[in-house]
Amino acid sequence: MSRTVPSATPSRPLPKSSGRPNQLFRNLNSKIALTPMILVAAVVFFGGTIWTVIYSFTNSRLLPRASFVGFDQYERLWASSRWIISIQNLLIYGILSLIFSLVVGFVLAALMDQKIRFESAFRTIFLYPFALSFIVTGLVWQWILNPEFGVQGIVRSLGWTSFTFDPLYNPDIVIYGILIAGLWQGTGLVMCLMLAGLRGIDEDIWKAARVDGIPMWRTYLFVVIPMMRPVFITTLVLIGSGIVKLYDLVVAQTSGGPGNASEVPAKYVYDYMFQAQNLGQGFAASTMMLLTVAIIIIPWAYLEFGGKKRG
Amino acid sequence: MRIRAFAAVLAATAALPCAAMAADLEVTHWWTSGGEAAAVKELATAFDATGNKWVDGAIAGSGSTARPIMISRITGGDPMGATQFNHGRQAEELVMSGLMRDLNDVAEKGKWKDIIKPASLLASCTYEGKIYCAPVNIHSWQWLWLSNAAFEKAGVPVPKDWNEFVAAGPKLREAGLQPLAVGGSAFQVNGLFDTLVIALGGTELYNKVYKDKDEETAAGPEMAKIFAAADDARKLAKGSNVQDWNQATNLVITGKAGGQIMGDWAQGEFQQAGQVAGKDYTCLPGLGLNQTLTTGGDAIYFPILKDEAKSKAQEVLAETIVDPKVQVAFNLKKGSVPIRSDVDLAAANDCMKKGIEIISKGSTATSTDQLVSADTQKQKEDLMSEFFANASITPKQAQERFASIIGSAD
Repeated sequence: MSRTVPSATPSRPLPKSSGRPNQLFRNLNSKIALTPMILVAAVVFFGGTIWTVIYSFTNSRLLPRASFVGFDQYERLWASSRWIISIQNLLIYGILSLIFSLVVGFVLAALMDQKIRFESAFRTIFLYPFALSFIVTGLVWQWILNPEFGVQGIVRSLGWTSFTFDPLYNPDIVIYGILIAGLWQGTGLVMCLMLAGLRGIDEDIWKAARVDGIPMWRTYLFVVIPMMRPVFITTLVLIGSGIVKLYDLVVAQTSGGPGNASEVPAKYVYDYMFQAQNLGQGFAASTMMLLTVAIIIIPWAYLEFGGKKRG
Repeated sequence: MRIRAFAAVLAATAALPCAAMAADLEVTHWWTSGGEAAAVKELATAFDATGNKWVDGAIAGSGSTARPIMISRITGGDPMGATQFNHGRQAEELVMSGLMRDLNDVAEKGKWKDIIKPASLLASCTYEGKIYCAPVNIHSWQWLWLSNAAFEKAGVPVPKDWNEFVAAGPKLREAGLQPLAVGGSAFQVNGLFDTLVIALGGTELYNKVYKDKDEETAAGPEMAKIFAAADDARKLAKGSNVQDWNQATNLVITGKAGGQIMGDWAQGEFQQAGQVAGKDYTCLPGLGLNQTLTTGGDAIYFPILKDEAKSKAQEVLAETIVDPKVQVAFNLKKGSVPIRSDVDLAAANDCMKKGIEIISKGSTATSTDQLVSADTQKQKEDLMSEFFANASITPKQAQERFASIIGSAD
């Protein structure tokens, strides 16, 4: 890549036979030290992934066995209405959770940045849900949203007897009930990251903006946010991985119900691998999840990192 | 007690084969509801009395939560001493791949082939002529449990069969009661549906669909009637916001719901609550229509262990399970039917006696857990839970999908 730019390689001597081993043994100590890590990455992450993809073309049941059946598992997967519902749910949850946790997290951080009193107390309060596991979060929200004991019950006992709020028992909106819990849990972390980013903005920029008479919201929108690009990327990766692996929250809140209305892909994978004792089907579903992530990540990574080198 | 446990631990850690006649045996199971836990205690006490020690490995949740944990422990090289599975095909592949030990010696010594009735129980434990599990009890799904108090409140006589129950549904609603209690977890609606198939459609239809896996029958007019009945059940079940089966049973016990279709393990819950069959609640085997019960149930499987003392203890446990006294004590608490017909069950209540009578008459069928694979069961569960939760799926659409599941079933 950079080799095509002549100025980039002025100091490189003409290739000699003795030049090669030099390259290989440079920083030998650190290379040796890194070998276990490289091996682990290659075998566990890469090897495991490839193994899973290969076995998704077999009819493995409880135990993996190498009898290949072509695309059968994938055909069955895409004919299954549960899988389609899972994908739809993940899309709704993913898009909304991405938007809301970024917006809410940023707004909270911006408010926090106004040199308010008791900032650390507020920070603790907002970040606290993140210290809870998804299972605990899910159970707490299962109770809050339970029509008999939760919000609906309380409002009804206050006198509004026709008040209805039971997202977890209504197939049409159950995914939003899960979204509420997910946001409650995750927004605090986004806020903290954003706050750290905001604190990293030079005070002089604010002063310059004030001198120019730019209103605060415009400074945020057009000056500060573009400067916080790295923080946003970190946050995006964190939120994104949280979305794809969404599983325990659903298990704790609804276990996929009512019916199949709140199923998610990760749960499909688990259920078919272990409950249905059909590894092949589970592998096919997890391969589809990997493929989806790859379709989103690869073009983005190409633009992000490929673009930088060109510029 | 404590000294014995200490000695057992010492023996196990020191690996002295001669001193380790008694061993600790971890038994994993999902018997966690009130009645079930009481039954397990009977089994544990009997096993402890042999000088060994029962280490309880109860896994909360239902079988679908527990089984993956058990299987991953066995395949992952950390096998427990013994584990529960349902009769049938859940442990099939574990047996095939040689992870489970056979119990032929114990079975021959105890003449299992002669005493265990019906024979299909042992057949489900058998693979290539060897016996791999010890049946614990017989469970049947085909029971309708009714709360007498609820029907009194609604001002209708307690129904005598499913049709009367459906007819009484609106009255129960008017009285502010839940007609049919169904929990949210998928196995419940799946079992309910299979119960409708055999109770309303008859044993022949049941066998054609689940045993012969005949796609045409599954798509045919007789099954359409079953789906219409399932549609009735769906309407009656609307509004029961509970998750676990015993919570649903509790609605019936407390008179908040009219009835529940659930296996005879629900019996243990009524017993725990101190209710009397016939007075506080009514049970209708076969939903009051087709008096046939499926004989599924629980069995204990034994993974292959390296430790000799523990292997010995496994044999002792297998003998204990089949022992007549243990069978009576365990099954009375659990509300299930013993696996042998030569035991005295005078202490059984009316409902259990009804069940025992039907089974001893031989009017039985094989349970779906024995007939179809776990994979097919899961697909059915997906379909049924979707059908019951989503009123926009018509019975016809559901039947089409059901037929294609049966068509590809194994």
